Amino acid sequence: MDDIVARLTEINKRFGYIPRAQVEQLAKELRLPPARVFGAATFYSLFSDKPRGAHVVRFCEDAPCHVAGGRAVFDAIRAALGLEPGQTSADGRWTFEMTSCIGVCGVGPVMMVDDDVYGNVTAERVAEILNADR
Amino acid sequence: MPDEFYRSHILLCQDPECLAKGANDIEEALLRELDAHGLRDEVNLLETSRLGHCHTGPEIVVYPEGVTYINLTPAAVTEIVNEHLLKGRVAKKYLFTGEARKDEELRAPTAKEIRIIMARCGVIDPENIEDYIADDGYAALAKALLQMTPRQVIDQVLQSGLRGRGGAGFPTGKKWEFAAAQKSDVKYIICNADEGDPGAFMNRRVLEGDPHSVLEGMIIAGYAFGAHQGYIYCRAEYPIAVRTLKIALRQAREFGFFGKNILGTGFDFDVELRIGAGAFVCGEETALMASIEGRRGEPRPRPPFPAVAGLWGKPTIINNVETLANVPNIIRHGAAWFAQIGTEKTKGTKTFTLAGDVVRTGLIEVPLGITLREVVFDVAGGIKDGKGFKAIQTGGPMGGCIPEHLLDTPLDYENLGALGSIMGSGGLVVMDDTTCMVDIARFFMDFIQDESCGKCVPCRIGTRRILEILQRICAGDGEEGDIEQLERLSKYILAGSLCGLGQGAPNPILTTIKHFRAEYEAHIKEKRCPAKVCKGLITYRILDTCPGCMVCARNCPSKAITGEKQKVHVINTDLCERCGICMTVCKFDTIVVE
Repeated sequence: MDDIVARLTEINKRFGYIPRAQVEQLAKELRLPPARVFGAATFYSLFSDKPRGAHVVRFCEDAPCHVAGGRAVFDAIRAALGLEPGQTSADGRWTFEMTSCIGVCGVGPVMMVDDDVYGNVTAERVAEILNADR
Repeated sequence: MPDEFYRSHILLCQDPECLAKGANDIEEALLRELDAHGLRDEVNLLETSRLGHCHTGPEIVVYPEGVTYINLTPAAVTEIVNEHLLKGRVAKKYLFTGEARKDEELRAPTAKEIRIIMARCGVIDPENIEDYIADDGYAALAKALLQMTPRQVIDQVLQSGLRGRGGAGFPTGKKWEFAAAQKSDVKYIICNADEGDPGAFMNRRVLEGDPHSVLEGMIIAGYAFGAHQGYIYCRAEYPIAVRTLKIALRQAREFGFFGKNILGTGFDFDVELRIGAGAFVCGEETALMASIEGRRGEPRPRPPFPAVAGLWGKPTIINNVETLANVPNIIRHGAAWFAQIGTEKTKGTKTFTLAGDVVRTGLIEVPLGITLREVVFDVAGGIKDGKGFKAIQTGGPMGGCIPEHLLDTPLDYENLGALGSIMGSGGLVVMDDTTCMVDIARFFMDFIQDESCGKCVPCRIGTRRILEILQRICAGDGEEGDIEQLERLSKYILAGSLCGLGQGAPNPILTTIKHFRAEYEAHIKEKRCPAKVCKGLITYRILDTCPGCMVCARNCPSKAITGEKQKVHVINTDLCERCGICMTVCKFDTIVVE
């Protein structure tokens, strides 16, 4: 299969990030320079080149969510997790990231925990969403 | 399932909006409750989408009574199963009674709307090709392959006046004509489903609601200019669209619309689905091709245009989802039919997504040439919460902000261009009078700066510099000359960038400066944010009427609020991060921002 992005997606899913050794191995298999695969692996925002927490919390950073009251939600997530975007908690439980629009702007502000999308989020609901069984 | 009989059917809405509000938990709860009461043989649970009340989802409809329940929680499900399904009484607490206030295509279109692209969305089952065929689906393909030459197909599309719906508005027929003229054994057609503009989700809805219309358009395009292989590049952020597309592709292949010798005409065509991995710039056609080739999704200079040397160096046409979905209609009803809708230079309808501060957010389809005022006030129901209109941003993050006095502009490519904005993919963000335009400009620049792929210096560094200046202005550290510096940087970025992202990046800055200069000046000269939004320029204060309920103090993330029970609370402005949570949670409206 020559679909490099799909292969990287697979690796990212399996390990939670793309380990360097996997990049080398994929490059070898596809007979490509490792730099070429590494370049792709570090370009896309859904790929991570370092380990992430057990759960990834993403908040939509785009305008429709912002004008719908996103900033208070963003601050509430930061406060609840004690993390800034891009950080992983010391216990390895949470990673906090920002995401670009996920296209459900009709129910903004929107946040994601792993693959679950939450809409019409308010600052008060953040704790409940984060504390849900996972 | 004709030989199974159920006394009740429950339709559970499973579109992304309802899923975002917990529809999966509702499904689990329903199954659990039905099992607990031994009702699984009597009550049929069906997943559907587009039931119509996204704002109040998750929701279900129970038939044969046709009762809609909204705002569901697992506890509500327990009650509804007990009351409605066991005792036969309507569970009034969750009953939907009001007038539909929603973003939905199922809402009867207002008089100003026309549905061509969305005609089948919410009407047919997108996961059943027979529904599509029953509604004249693939009839255009048959007409094109059996009764028309490729040249005739191109002529029809040319005469229809169809222009690319991805944003640039290039005549689709002309694009195809270029590709048809290329002498190459291998040509490609790519469907650009990498819809990334914040606030834009019209393509997602078409892919989720009527995927075959896009596939049919692709096959016709392939026939017209001689491509036998197509790619659909869909963003990873649309898992449901990806699923629907996979099902549609499989079914279309089973029915012989893909593969060898389609409809016995000797024409071969197939499509592969490619999924992105989170990169806004991949919506740009040369970046998209780089991504399909497995590279970093960076744009490259044109010429050569993709129609000459595109994917793997072969002639390639990239069409947007909505462009392709228009094609079967044009072939079936003829170019003249299509050309009667719209304005002189811009034909047909366009889907727009409305986000922000309007009563009805969501998706609309309107004839081009409609005015922005009609869109905001007639179609979207005006500004919500009784506030005033301030601006509408068209065209996504690279579009411009248009103020009230220009609202009577008819929507088409040329008019929006003249206002310093763009049509883009059709995202409209409406802002009420509590919006700070400097903050909004900062916001868009933050997005663009984030999504700039970094290849060209003007875009990579220029947008960063603009963002820094805007951040400074919003923080209260604006200086004399900042506005001029913003204008200068904008000019350089516009002139020196390779692709549409950089070339469009200055639009939000230039249009907000043009139409809302006074706001910039208030920030810079008076150190004042007129809309009371910018954190560096505002303070929160608790009024003497505070009853001392302590809710604000408990909710303050920075522990900046102190006060005893039933006594007036005080905000320590040194600790206060100006997040506004206190104001949101205060039930007595005793917190003000100054």
